[in-house]
Formats: sequence, C-alpha cells, structure tokens
Amino acid sequence: MAKLHIVNKSPFERSSLDSCLSKSTEGSTILLIEDAVVGALKGTVVADKLTAAIANKNVCVLGSDLNTRGFTEAEILDGIKTVDYAGFVDLVAEHSNVQSWL
Amino acid sequence: MSENIKKFMFVNTKAPYGTVYALESLEVVLISAAFDQDVSLAFCDDGVFQITDNQKTDGSGMKNFSAAYKALGDYDINKIYIEKESLEERGLTLDNLMKLTYEDEDDDWAEKDSIHLVTRAELADLMDKQDVTISS
Amino acid sequence: MATISVEGKDLEVDEEGYLVNLDDWFPEVATAMAVIDEVEMGDDHWDIINFLREYYEEYQIAPAVRVLTKAVAKKLGKEKGNSKYLYQLFPYGPGKQACKFAGLPKPTGCV
Repeated sequence: MAKLHIVNKSPFERSSLDSCLSKSTEGSTILLIEDAVVGALKGTVVADKLTAAIANKNVCVLGSDLNTRGFTEAEILDGIKTVDYAGFVDLVAEHSNVQSWL
Repeated sequence: MSENIKKFMFVNTKAPYGTVYALESLEVVLISAAFDQDVSLAFCDDGVFQITDNQKTDGSGMKNFSAAYKALGDYDINKIYIEKESLEERGLTLDNLMKLTYEDEDDDWAEKDSIHLVTRAELADLMDKQDVTISS
Repeated sequence: MATISVEGKDLEVDEEGYLVNLDDWFPEVATAMAVIDEVEMGDDHWDIINFLREYYEEYQIAPAVRVLTKAVAKKLGKEKGNSKYLYQLFPYGPGKQACKFAGLPKPTGCV
C-alpha cells in the first residue's frame, strides 16, 4: 500500500525533505505543506531532487500555504500538483498509512 | 547623533508563518525604533521569504503581517540588506520581494530605496561592524 | 470578558478597554469610548482617528506615537503634527487613547 508522506519544514533549513525523499518508495505521495511549500519553486538548489522524485512519485503542494508565502501555481516545478484543503483531506482518506516528517 | 547611539542589526533567517520567529522579530524591530538607535535589518537564508511580494493569507487563515514591513521607512529604518546567495539558492530575485522605501527628510521627502543587495561576504562584514546583532 | 454597550450591541473589550474584535468597530464606538474617558469629540479628533484607521488598513499595525506625529505633520500640517496638539486632543496619549477610540490594538512598543 502506497504511503502518504507529509513534509512541513523548509528544505533549505532542515533535512526532513531529504529524509523523506530517500525513504519514500515508488508510487507513494509526498505532500508539501507550511514552510515546506517553497521547496516546490522553480530554480532552487533542491529543484533537481524534486524533479527526480516527480518521475516515480506523486508530489503535491498545499496551494493556500504557497499563496500565503507570496507564490502561485505558475512558479512551481512542472509535475507538482497543487491541492486545496479538500484535496489534502482526500489524500489522507485515500491512504491508509500517513507519515509526517517533522 | 549622540555618542550613546549604537549600531543594532536584526538578522532574519527564518521563513514566516511556519514558526513565530519572523513576526516576533518584526515586533522587536518596531519597538526598538522608539529608542533612537541606528537600526538595520538583514534578510538571509529562509529569512528572504519574509518579504516576498503578493503574500495572500486568505486561504490559510494566517494573519498577513507582510504589509508592516512597508511601514519600516516611517520608523526611520531604511537600511535593509538582502543576501544575494540566499535569493539565488531559492530561485528568487529582488523582483520577488516587496519594494521597501523611505522618504528622506533631508532631501525634500524624496522616496528612496531601503533595500540593498549584498553578497554573503559583504553581509558578514556588515555584521562585524555592529555593536549589537540580534539573530532569529 | 468585559463589554462596551453601543447602540444596543454588546462588544467585547479587553481589560484596558480596547476592542477585542477589530471588525466590531463603527463610528459610534469611538463616541461611546470618548464619553467614558470624558473626551469631547470634535472634527480634530476624527481627523486623527480616521488617519489611524487608514494607516492600520494599509500597514496592519497601529503606528508608534513618533510615527503618528510625523505622518500627521506631513498630512495635516505642522500645527497638528506635534505632540502638544495631539495630547490636547487625547490626554491619555495619542497612541494609546486614539487607537482605542479607533478600534485598533494598542500600538506596538507603547508601554
């Protein structure tokens, strides 16, 4: 059963996104929320890692947390899906196993 | 300027909203302005996200405090340093940030830019020259 | 929780008399607070209160007295932009009292 991974810390400050990327398996879903949403931006030092993850994992970002920080869907990497709170709930409901990387 | 004036620099290194550091630091900065000191601000690392333009918090329900940075000029805080490398590492340029300006009382209230883009090495030098450095 | 009663509405205030919910404010709230503080409201008072509300709308903060004084001087003239004039209008302090009447929080840095 594919897992839902939730990351909420900035990848420029903490290693939780790295840990998550290294331990999440093919077909799993990674949702970036709170300070982690900036990891989805284009042209950053973590963009290559995220692009690699998109190839075989489902990467999502919480849109309202992105807007809060001054960014829009147009500024994130291609292949990352934007979800709203309802989408967040759906993801949790669809996955029997949810892991939060604190 | 009296000789009691000290150089204070507030160094902001954390992203806003996820933690309370950014908001708390802003409040201390605004309070410090009452003491007539030589205050400057630096934004580096994830701190650069504190002053991105177009922050919209309706969806997350957070209090949008970004507009308050635009009042810094009124508080005579007009030396704001942004670290170039921090922007680049995050795929950002100065165009992603708010315009922060002040009106120069000694120059017929001409509006001037408060933001100065500096390199990591230049910021290190600036920090060395302070009497007090407060980092968050 | 303490309340202030204005035109039949009971509005929550904190222990110092500031509105708890900024959205509760309407002009009669300022008038009612002024009656409690024994301040007779005139156009000059309203100029300051309106200025404060506009400032808050733009910057999301209540300005410090020094900032208020400077900004009033620029907008309404030097004869109004000085602390003597502002203290005559609001004897408990232009920051504290005028912000209270305007329905804003106490200015940051006001002790």
